[in-house]
Amino acid sequence: MDLLEYQGKQLFAKHGLDVSDGSAVTTVDDAVAAANKIGYPVVVKAQVLMGGRGKAGGVKLASNEEEAREHATNILGLDIKGHITRTLWIEHASDIETEYYASVLLDRSAKKPLVMFSTEGGIEIETVAVETPEKLIRQNVDPLVGLTKEQALDIATKGKADEDVIEGVADALVALYKVWIEEDASLAEINPLIVTPDRKVKALDAKVTLDGNAAFRHPDHAELGDKANLDPIEVKAAEQDVVYVKLDGNIGILGNGAGLVMSTLDVVAQAGGEPANFLDAGGGSDAAKVKQAVEIILSNDAVEAVLFNIFGGITRCDEVANGLVAAFADLKPTVPFVVRLDGTNDVQGREILEKAQLPNVQTAKTMNEAAEKVVAAAKGNS
Amino acid sequence: MSILVTENTKLAVAGITGREGRFHTLNNKTYGTNVVGGVNPKKAGEDVEGIPVFGDWETTVKESGANTAMIFVPPPFAAASALEAAAAGVELVIIITEGIPAHDELKLYNTVKRDYPGTTVVGPNCPGILSPGKANVGIIPASFFKPGNVGVVSRSGTLTYQIGNELAQAGFGNSSIVGIGGDPVPGSSFIDIIERFEKDDETELIVLSGEIGGSAEEEAAEYIGEHVTKPVVGYIAGFTAPEGKQMGHAGAIVSGSAGTAKAKAEALEAKGVRVGRTPTEVAEIAIDILKK
Repeated sequence: MDLLEYQGKQLFAKHGLDVSDGSAVTTVDDAVAAANKIGYPVVVKAQVLMGGRGKAGGVKLASNEEEAREHATNILGLDIKGHITRTLWIEHASDIETEYYASVLLDRSAKKPLVMFSTEGGIEIETVAVETPEKLIRQNVDPLVGLTKEQALDIATKGKADEDVIEGVADALVALYKVWIEEDASLAEINPLIVTPDRKVKALDAKVTLDGNAAFRHPDHAELGDKANLDPIEVKAAEQDVVYVKLDGNIGILGNGAGLVMSTLDVVAQAGGEPANFLDAGGGSDAAKVKQAVEIILSNDAVEAVLFNIFGGITRCDEVANGLVAAFADLKPTVPFVVRLDGTNDVQGREILEKAQLPNVQTAKTMNEAAEKVVAAAKGNS
Repeated sequence: MSILVTENTKLAVAGITGREGRFHTLNNKTYGTNVVGGVNPKKAGEDVEGIPVFGDWETTVKESGANTAMIFVPPPFAAASALEAAAAGVELVIIITEGIPAHDELKLYNTVKRDYPGTTVVGPNCPGILSPGKANVGIIPASFFKPGNVGVVSRSGTLTYQIGNELAQAGFGNSSIVGIGGDPVPGSSFIDIIERFEKDDETELIVLSGEIGGSAEEEAAEYIGEHVTKPVVGYIAGFTAPEGKQMGHAGAIVSGSAGTAKAKAEALEAKGVRVGRTPTEVAEIAIDILKK
């Protein structure tokens, strides 16, 4: 789960990182009241999970109440690459002397945490990594030991932080590592990590991604994220424990097992179609779950044909067929379906479908055949 | 020979008393796997269809001689159970549980490596290991597979069944099928398993089934180029996956230009691995090579 900037900063502050005082608000009046309380100049920042907020006009400096009101009015509701701004973060404007970069993430190759630091802050770190890799210091941390002050000092020194702030940078890295560990983050990033004229080290932005699998030990995380900008179909699917990702095409896909569903999307694309979603109904799907999944797929209006690709292992094809029959009885779909059942009880599954004589349902034996049929069906329907 | 799971496997299961754990343990037993015990601190002294349940891993190993552990317990406790099994001297720990926090996996991996180097961990979030005709540990539907000379290693369960089934229909069987799981920190990587297949007499061809996210496939490609003499056929799922969206598996996510299916397929092809564009094509390539 990706956090909004202000949520990340609140976690930073909790673990000892220096951030500016601020307030998260959702109305213009609250924004002005917060700005008056914090003291000018303030920065009015759009809280959306999207880069390039500054360029889109979502970050503005206000030196008095009038400007604060004007900016808050303009930024609330602002569409930043499809993300609607519903929350503003108002914070006291910082004097910036230098901009650094710092992050902690999971290094999947090394199977260890990775700490990165650079004096080239304020720009995309991918750019630094490509153009001036020598200015990006990367060090793995032993997760059984943690990031020691000693190692943090070494990283700050090798990264050529200004000598008088090496101590401050090291403290910030240790605190950032603490955020990463204690909050079960997969990414904790500060860009820029600034040095102020009085030589303090401070987080001016925050990018934090939390591991959803660890939610059970962080009840306080349930409130975080950008709930208002989630896709409503994805929210509904999550509530029903179905893994659904909305895509841009017109062919609805249902399969069992993440790998098989990914593969199904590819095979449909190769046959010239465009998948409308990823949907993994999971292992051991029963009839009720299949029905829910069909409902989720059809709630996307762009869907013009649906492909079921089931390889029965734990999942039984007869259960899937029963679920489909129940879904048809209830939802009466008007778009064509192509159903490929293979594996456990596939013969029984196909018999059930045949007997039910569902309108607009074709069966297929192989994945490739199913993909071709569904692509043709989607074309015929559009 | 087969790898990891054989007729010498003595399996004990943490989570044997749960609904899923019980079902699959009994399935494995019916297949012929030697199931010697189960672990549940609250049900020590009971039994599951004659399989004795012990209170902890140390007792289980002492009493039953288990050399293989299967972990079926819920995510909050799974990593701890796996570590306990390793500490008790179990050689192979297979974690089926899905949804374990990445940091728990990270600590488990590094602790086992430091303190119990004799233990191999496979998973989490994996379907287990099947050596057809010998033993099955996990949730792989064994009826689709028969003994043979193709070794399969995969991040995905159902995709493996799909590929294995196509090979079986063409008359080819498997030495072992190993699911390494779809999580960010798997206990065993493609390389660990491919190294074993390379040494295994029975395996003549290796199928590597990967997916988007991370760089395990690229690293495997380098390894294959340097160390593997047997033919390898590859498959990568997720060519159509958009950036920044997790495709079901916790580890299956494209971030920026890293972890794309295209980059992985190209890395494999650069090392002489033929990569099928569909599961069917993977089976066709494998058959083509084996018939020569």
